[in-house]
Amino acid sequence: MSSDAKNTAIFTVKAQRLRRRVWLLKLVIHCAALLPLLAIYSLAFADQLGADPVKAVMHFTGIGGFNLLLLTLTVTPLAKTFRAGYLLKVRRLLGLYSFSYGLCHVLSFLAFEVQFDWRLFVAEIIDRPYITIGMTAFTILLALAITSVSALQNKLGKNWQKLHNFVYVAALLIAWHFYWSVKSNIVEPLIYLLMVLVLLSLRKQKISRWLR
Amino acid sequence: MLIKHIKSSTLSEHEVTDEATYLNRRQLLKQFGYLGAASLLAQSMPAQSLDFFSNPKTHFQRHDLAYQQAADTQQVLTPEAKIISHNNFYEFGTSKSDPMDNSQTFKVNPWQLSISGAVDKPYVLDYDQLFRQFPLEERIYRLRCVEAWSMVIPWLGFPLAQLIKKAAPTSRAKFVAFETLYDPKQMPGQASRRIGGGIDYPYREGLRIDEAMHPLTFLAVGLYGKTLPPQNGAPIRLVVPWKYGFKSIKSIVGIKLVERQPPTTWNMLAAHEYGFYANVNPEVDHPRWSQASERRLTTGGLLARNRIATLPFNGYGEEVAKLYKNMDLRKYF
Repeated sequence: MSSDAKNTAIFTVKAQRLRRRVWLLKLVIHCAALLPLLAIYSLAFADQLGADPVKAVMHFTGIGGFNLLLLTLTVTPLAKTFRAGYLLKVRRLLGLYSFSYGLCHVLSFLAFEVQFDWRLFVAEIIDRPYITIGMTAFTILLALAITSVSALQNKLGKNWQKLHNFVYVAALLIAWHFYWSVKSNIVEPLIYLLMVLVLLSLRKQKISRWLR
Repeated sequence: MLIKHIKSSTLSEHEVTDEATYLNRRQLLKQFGYLGAASLLAQSMPAQSLDFFSNPKTHFQRHDLAYQQAADTQQVLTPEAKIISHNNFYEFGTSKSDPMDNSQTFKVNPWQLSISGAVDKPYVLDYDQLFRQFPLEERIYRLRCVEAWSMVIPWLGFPLAQLIKKAAPTSRAKFVAFETLYDPKQMPGQASRRIGGGIDYPYREGLRIDEAMHPLTFLAVGLYGKTLPPQNGAPIRLVVPWKYGFKSIKSIVGIKLVERQPPTTWNMLAAHEYGFYANVNPEVDHPRWSQASERRLTTGGLLARNRIATLPFNGYGEEVAKLYKNMDLRKYF
């Protein structure tokens, strides 16, 4: 076997191993994100989720979506630090799950909290600053989710990156939304805000370039 | 020779149900039922951690009470399991399930409730007297939380007016100040600002004397036929049905008649959000959410259509609106 052929063979084996790793990682993400969501909703429909299943579902989808967004934002720094480029292959999946949780959060608010009282739904979005902020963040995530398909990614070219930089704005808005939504216990929201700030500080150069 | 005949109906010692099990029989049956239902629903997932009702932590011993039953009000009651598992009692933690989870070893006996201040005959009630001093009656009241959910609860207790009259208040008694037990050893929220939601304890509440003497204003020592569990404010708590729930202070140790409006906990924490009066009022929104409607928690899961209009004074306007005749309730919210 020539050394070239040998190199190619090693390369193929490596590529296969990485592909399998990505596949496994995606499987773990699907299980960890999807199963609890299904569990929560099935318990909530059966009235087995505490006295107020609506609140439980709202909290679970809200915090769950925020956790997933933070995880999404951790992927790039992790990949860079550990020179593990394959990690980037699961970033979109995590982002889409974060969006899906957000979608469940908004739809649950509409269907179970205000119970399709559209007038109240719109009034709450306009009148309540914390909901206005939350909806703004959701709108950003919606735009990012729609433009996450590869075809649009290619079509948008440079603008795609510009648009997707707004994920940092969304993360800050969600932290603020959380902070404003609690009655008095602000420790947890502040910890989340701190986590967002740490993740943004890891991208200091990129963000300052973007803002310039 | 002694021949001992044993009849087949005679029970031997080992067949007797253990007293603890006997006293706990309803709870056990309930747990079997919920566990069964939950395991059917969710066989492969962490149902234990998600299913609050099968939580075996409700082991605080409650006792049956003798009381005069309320007339049938035709209102759909909130199930007991929900009333005792969905509580705002930050002394035991800020999430709704924390109070049940963290309060089951709470000591209510011995207890001392003192009635003092601008009165001629101050006195103290001990634990037993809380249930014996005044005849107990049942009151089925709507409880409207400032967070826009509500329940219908069958309380047991007596009117606050009886307790105050016994102390013979003087003419200087213009307000009534209430205080919750301060015991950081038993109440983790008082020991840690993080657990207790940043509130300065002890929790304090207050009423104007005419509000306190109103026949609807109630001191509850039980619910659903039994003494209160700690998470609902054992051994004695206030119930003011036309005001937001946070006015109905729990686990009271002090009732003091005073001349000036006393400081109250939520008002001190955020005066622009929580007023001293805190009358249920669909016209005055909380700065962060609407108070025009509420979700009534009874039975049914996510699909329960339980959003209903909130009524002025929580529907008790006929009885209490006259107390606020010449007041601007937008200003004094």
